[in-house]
Amino acid sequence: MKIAVCIKRVPVMEVKFAITADKSRYEETGLKYDINDFDLWAIEAALQLKEKAGTGSVHVVCVGPNAAQEQIRKAMAMGADSGALLETDTRNYDGLAVARVLAAELKDGGYDLVLFGRIAIDSMNQMTGPMVAELLDMPVVTNVFKLDINGATGRAERVLEGASEVVEFPLPAVLTIDDGLNKERLPSLKGIMAAKKKPLEVKPANLGDAAVTVRSMALPAERAAGRIVGEGADAVPELVRLLQTEAKVL
Amino acid sequence: MANVLVMAESRAGELRKVALEAVTAARQLAEQSGGGEVHAVLAGGSGIGAKAEALAQHGADKVLVLEHDGFALYNPEALTSTLAGLLKSGTYTYGVFSATSHGRDLSPRVAARLGVGLVPDLTGFAVENGAVVGQHPINNAKVIATLALSGSPTLLSVRPAAFTPAPDARALVTEAITSASEPTASRVKVVELKQGNTDKIDLNDAPVIVAGGRGLKTADNFKLCEDLADAFGNAAVGATRAVTDDGWRPHTDQIGQTGRNVSPDLYIAAGISGAIQHLAGMRTSRTIVAINKDKEAPIFKIADYGIIGDALEVLPALTAAVKAAKAS
Ligand SMILES: Cc1cc2nc3c(=O)[nH]c(=O)nc-3n(C[C@H](O)[C@H](O)[C@H](O)COP(=O)(O)OP(=O)(O)OC[C@H]3O[C@@H](n4cnc5c(N)ncnc54)[C@H](O)[C@@H]3O)c2cc1C
Ligand SMILES: Nc1ncnc2c1ncn2[C@@H]1O[C@H](COP(=O)(O)O)[C@@H](O)[C@H]1O
Repeated sequence: MKIAVCIKRVPVMEVKFAITADKSRYEETGLKYDINDFDLWAIEAALQLKEKAGTGSVHVVCVGPNAAQEQIRKAMAMGADSGALLETDTRNYDGLAVARVLAAELKDGGYDLVLFGRIAIDSMNQMTGPMVAELLDMPVVTNVFKLDINGATGRAERVLEGASEVVEFPLPAVLTIDDGLNKERLPSLKGIMAAKKKPLEVKPANLGDAAVTVRSMALPAERAAGRIVGEGADAVPELVRLLQTEAKVL
Repeated sequence: MANVLVMAESRAGELRKVALEAVTAARQLAEQSGGGEVHAVLAGGSGIGAKAEALAQHGADKVLVLEHDGFALYNPEALTSTLAGLLKSGTYTYGVFSATSHGRDLSPRVAARLGVGLVPDLTGFAVENGAVVGQHPINNAKVIATLALSGSPTLLSVRPAAFTPAPDARALVTEAITSASEPTASRVKVVELKQGNTDKIDLNDAPVIVAGGRGLKTADNFKLCEDLADAFGNAAVGATRAVTDDGWRPHTDQIGQTGRNVSPDLYIAAGISGAIQHLAGMRTSRTIVAINKDKEAPIFKIADYGIIGDALEVLPALTAAVKAAKAS
């Protein structure tokens, strides 16, 4: 089982973001970075499939700045065998531009599966996986939270709003991984040592002109601090009164 | 003058509310571009054509009906070739999708097939010299980016509940269309749709959501949330990840960063701590009520109204009070 996983370096979100004075971007100084959550679950899925097959390889691919080697090494410490960094300093919101770079890199890899996260929590684009699949003319199943691979075919369950659907597909295929499929493993000390010696190729990426451009950025309107209505069931009448007269939702 | 093609989503033979929202957004796009026609694609199994009327009522000048057994369940590959074909014809300046699970599966496929960009999950937009300039939440919705896209055609998706369906009736005009590729030849095959409880309204359609967290202690106690939802009559029950991870509620009910994004008129959070990953999916709700026994719980920082106390006692009292209020 030969598997590629596309991973993105994203800011750790447990911070209050600040917008630069010219409103063109968010302030990056002081931010910490990690692998996108969904991509961790994609890596985990790849490792489990390889382990189950008893043979194969997991290759991670990242389009990002030089510092993203850190995230590739983390994936290797989890167990990925090799990695490639397609280096660029451009922060890109044009999903198709990123998808083209990834598709060109993956095209001749002979992968049985190419895994993505459902969504990158920074861009929130939720488009790269299906775009790459389309560019490579591969079948794709998005938002996968249950997966069963059996030889040359797969069966997955994908999340819908308030429902789900069961999908059958042939391999090779592209999948985008959703929350619920697994929990990622932590890198072991042995894994961290081994990762240092695994092959990581770094080469420049050319994203071309972006079709999607950023006009400005802003912070969402703050919610005004609310009020404590009271304690316990005794507070219910007052809450109901407020919902009727003030919030007008009842 | 710019014509707009809009994908009108249906599920199990029923039009979804998001379809009307998308048609409303498409209508706005056409008006802002100096007027133009809105054509809605309605795909489904036999009988789907009968659902076209609501689209005309909301501003679709024409409904393109793709009625075939091969579309009774979602058929992404055949829809991609059909939509790409329509959008390539030169008739349309814009293509509009819903930012739903299906819409966010389909729109990138169509964009890549056509070699054009896509701005996703817009909460609002304006047209400037033909370019779409729209608001899209990024960084776990902690930052709002205003993005611009021009292209021919220009594709976008609109966030569920961000646009309110606006009646704008026209005479119903339908046109039967056929699939651009053989529907049964798709490699990716949806073989089963597992509907949640179809008597209950969907989280994205519900004006009121009663959400429960680990503070409810057991799966059985979610009955208290369901009772309150029933008292409102127009409410759905949601959950935190802690709860869906423990299997107390189905995974599809999870609200938050990695779950569903909702913005109802009223969100009641019972026994929910208010972790940022949860807030990411519900902070745009109009009114938020929190019930938590810990007065330091972060949920109180974003709640309009808070009750400090045991949810297992407060919920039944609230249910009784809502019933009484509804009855009076
Ligand atoms: C990558 C990632 C993604 C995530 N995505 C999501 C997501 O999409 N959605 C999500 O919800 N979470 C998500 N989480 C998990 C999130 O961080 C929290 O762990 C989770 O939201 C906590 O759920 P909870 O509030 O039910 O439980 P807890 O945090 O355990 O809170 C329980 C609360 O109940 C209160 N309580 C206890 N007993 C009572 C009682 N009798 N009456 C009233 N109150 C009581 C407690 O005071 C406490 O505040 C994610 C986490 C990660 C790392
Ligand atoms: N720069 C990137 N490098 C590698 N993979 C990426 C990159 N951007 C996005 N992806 C992949 O595409 C998924 C969806 O990203 P997005 O479409 O930006 O929401 C991510 O979870 C990654 O798997």
